[in-house]
Amino acid sequence: MIGDVIGALAQVAAVAGGAPLLVGLLRTLKARLVGRRGPRPWQPYADLAKLLRKDAVVSTTASWVFRVTPYVLAATMLVAALVVPVLLSRPALGHAGNIILVMYLFMLGTFFLALAGLDAGSAFGGMGASREVAVAALAEPTVIVAVFALALRADTIDLGGVVERFAREPLLVANPGHLLAFAAFFIVMIAETGRLPVDNPATHLELTMIHEAMVLEYSGHYLALVEWASAMKLFLFLTLLANLFFPWGVPAEPGLLPVLLGALALGGKLVLLVALLAVVETSVAKLRLFRVPELLAGSFALAVLSVTSVFLLQ
Amino acid sequence: MPALAYLAVAAAGAVMAVAGVAGVLGVAWSLRVEWLVPLGGLELAMDPLAGFFLALVGIAAAPASIYAVGYAAGDRRGVAAYAAFVGAMAVVPLAANVLTFLLAWEAMSLASYALILTEARRSREAVSAAWVYAVMTHAGLACLLAGMLLLAGWTGSVRFGDWYAAVPSLAPGAANVAFVLLALGFSAKAGVIPLHVWLPRAHPAAPSHVSALMSGVMIKLGVYGLLRAGLDWMGPGPAWWGAAVLLAGAVSAVVGVLYALVERDLKRLLAFSSIENVGIVLIGAGAGMLFHSAGLDGLALLGLAAALYHTVNHAVFKALLFLAAGAVVHATGTRDMEALGGLIKRMPWTAGAFLLGSAAIAALPPLNGFVSEWLTFQALLQSLRIPRPELNLVFAVGIAGLALTGGLAVACFVRAFGITFLALPRGEAAGHAHDASPAMRAGMAALALGCVALGLGPTLALPALAGVAASMTGAPVPRGVEDWLTLSVSGQFARLSTPAVTLALLAGLALPAAALAAIGAGRRRRTYETWGCGRLLQTARMEYTATAFANPFKRVFDFFYRPVKQLDIEVHPESRLFVQRLQYENRTRSLFEDWLYRPALATLHRGARRARRLQSGSANLYLMYILAALLAMLVLA
Repeated sequence: MIGDVIGALAQVAAVAGGAPLLVGLLRTLKARLVGRRGPRPWQPYADLAKLLRKDAVVSTTASWVFRVTPYVLAATMLVAALVVPVLLSRPALGHAGNIILVMYLFMLGTFFLALAGLDAGSAFGGMGASREVAVAALAEPTVIVAVFALALRADTIDLGGVVERFAREPLLVANPGHLLAFAAFFIVMIAETGRLPVDNPATHLELTMIHEAMVLEYSGHYLALVEWASAMKLFLFLTLLANLFFPWGVPAEPGLLPVLLGALALGGKLVLLVALLAVVETSVAKLRLFRVPELLAGSFALAVLSVTSVFLLQ
Repeated sequence: MPALAYLAVAAAGAVMAVAGVAGVLGVAWSLRVEWLVPLGGLELAMDPLAGFFLALVGIAAAPASIYAVGYAAGDRRGVAAYAAFVGAMAVVPLAANVLTFLLAWEAMSLASYALILTEARRSREAVSAAWVYAVMTHAGLACLLAGMLLLAGWTGSVRFGDWYAAVPSLAPGAANVAFVLLALGFSAKAGVIPLHVWLPRAHPAAPSHVSALMSGVMIKLGVYGLLRAGLDWMGPGPAWWGAAVLLAGAVSAVVGVLYALVERDLKRLLAFSSIENVGIVLIGAGAGMLFHSAGLDGLALLGLAAALYHTVNHAVFKALLFLAAGAVVHATGTRDMEALGGLIKRMPWTAGAFLLGSAAIAALPPLNGFVSEWLTFQALLQSLRIPRPELNLVFAVGIAGLALTGGLAVACFVRAFGITFLALPRGEAAGHAHDASPAMRAGMAALALGCVALGLGPTLALPALAGVAASMTGAPVPRGVEDWLTLSVSGQFARLSTPAVTLALLAGLALPAAALAAIGAGRRRRTYETWGCGRLLQTARMEYTATAFANPFKRVFDFFYRPVKQLDIEVHPESRLFVQRLQYENRTRSLFEDWLYRPALATLHRGARRARRLQSGSANLYLMYILAALLAMLVLA
């Protein structure tokens, strides 16, 4: 029982504490790839600390929805951090839901954030909210069909079950259908976390941004919570990619040594994925908003191919 | 006086709910009064499925009637029709023979027709809505009548209970014909695409407590009929019945939510979303029928239980949303979202109710809509247990359709709540709105509690629903509950514990808040006007509109919406730089009305015009028709 609690706390601490570092690492790598020195990887911690010291300005138009949303967003990510296998294949709330729960928890955050975007009555917030829910809605079928492809191969949709089954049977992983599902999920990750070429997290040009337009009214500790939650979302998506598609080194049994080794393995996989993401982000230009559905349709096609390959190979 | 009548209906609703739950738990009874109606007499029978739908009527009718005390108590018209409507809906699931069923069904249709017309004096729209409704519902009735009379003729009995035993001896073609006719009739009532055209017209035209019952319960009786026909009356049919139901459900879900997404009229939006939710129910039901015909009874139970769960969930949250929308209409006098806004400050109770309903219908955890969609997903994801690739593909369509529907429903209800309740009021009436009266609040609060309870207590509700499903498939009920808190599906395939998720969410809300309070960050806050690139004044005209919010979807799905943009600019005669009037319209065209109903109606008109030549006005010619008909009958006999 005590072990479970410690495991849960360790996992939440890893996600909550590691997420800003991951974002910082991504920014550093991107800067190096285009020949800049860039900020140090731990810069996001300093940014968050600065935001926490500042006053928050709240619009006179806004209602309680605006003030509650950052907390709801952070809560959804913290709960997702208890469900996703990060340090253990069966984390504390692993029995309480599966990947569909995780995706709908992300949706809960998006729902409130989009409402907050509308709440201040600014045109930018509404525009960002409308675009964000459009991208999220169109990404949803890909996620679920890619999950379907995984569930078909692993014969379970319990996240822990999928990880353990794939770790036991490497042949299931070395399979074209699995790689197709990975590609589909990777594209969805880009769309859901607002990275290039779908959205540009570094822009502050009102007419092109999606996520940043929606959170334009936030400042102070509210903005800190929103940024922190976005970082956790990126961390969780990359962890899902790392542990579902390359399930080695995820300990099944709690214990100090296996968890430490698992954390090292996860760190290695995350660094590789971040490097891949940095290369993608520096080598493509942002798509026009109305070309994004084509990208998502492409990722949906990959996911469907992955599912059909299971039917054909059975 | 009307208030007392509404309270009486509320009490009757509570009785129905109790009787229905008793029926679900296995209390069976039957009642027969031979002399009351011809052809077998009045015959009622209670079984778990009938009990489930009786309880559904009661669960929605009781809060809606309490709400009506505050909403419509000043108005005598419509009270009798309302009571008749609720009564007829309660008799439909209990009916045990053809004539009892059809009489109750028709009484339900006529009462709802009268209710749509209660506001006819104020709007011409209601008259045409009622007309379309009457035509569609009677076309459906004709299909039902044909299907039931054919079955009664072939099996030699008008009692539903005798059909199950007699149907397997029929020719397969006969069973197929009967199923198609019954399915058409029931789908027309359920609002399945493309038989949905009456629904978005009729539901908004009725008073809101009636809209709540029409969307929440009446269309579900179409689902009831489909389940009865496909599983109970005609046993496990061929696989294509289930596949057809699943595909019709997937199409209805996606098309329904796409229409809801661009709708400006708040109540029409909710009506379209009912089409979507019936689609989700049918996806689960179709999956259950497919598994049943493949002999996989455990999975059939899962699919059917998911469908039943979504049926009751939709009744609760859609009734809640219609009641909240009714409170908005009551307070502002408009259903147009572009004239609303900012209501969260003037109507906090209604806004809270609408927000909770929106989160539930958008399937957000941990509320009830999430639980039933999750269960539907778990049923669909196990399709590989049927080793037939073409059926697996049908399931894959269901999965993709359900996922897309889930995403679009989030967008749709962000828009519905955000535009209606947040930011600044867009119209005069919205700025002077008042919150709902205590009776209306009580009705909404009861339904809101229902949303939360059904979200947190699936371990209590699901075994009962699996029992209802088992009564249709004849399979034993498996253990679907791990402990009091966790659902488990098909052994270790998937698990869900909404109470644990809720506790974790509450902790996740409280801990960061406490941490921020401890370092003093949460207190530093000041209010200022919205940032607007340096402009001087923040007005409602700068806000995003409902039309603009839906525009990305219009562009992405333009093959479906076929939007028409119209921009009229009137300039001053002296200089075109001075704009006097500017009118912008961006409306969508209905695929089904343009390509299906208009051509069909045009053909009908042409045929009618040709047939008019027969009616020449000459008495001699008419006498000749009679003679010819007589001769033809003599020859044929």
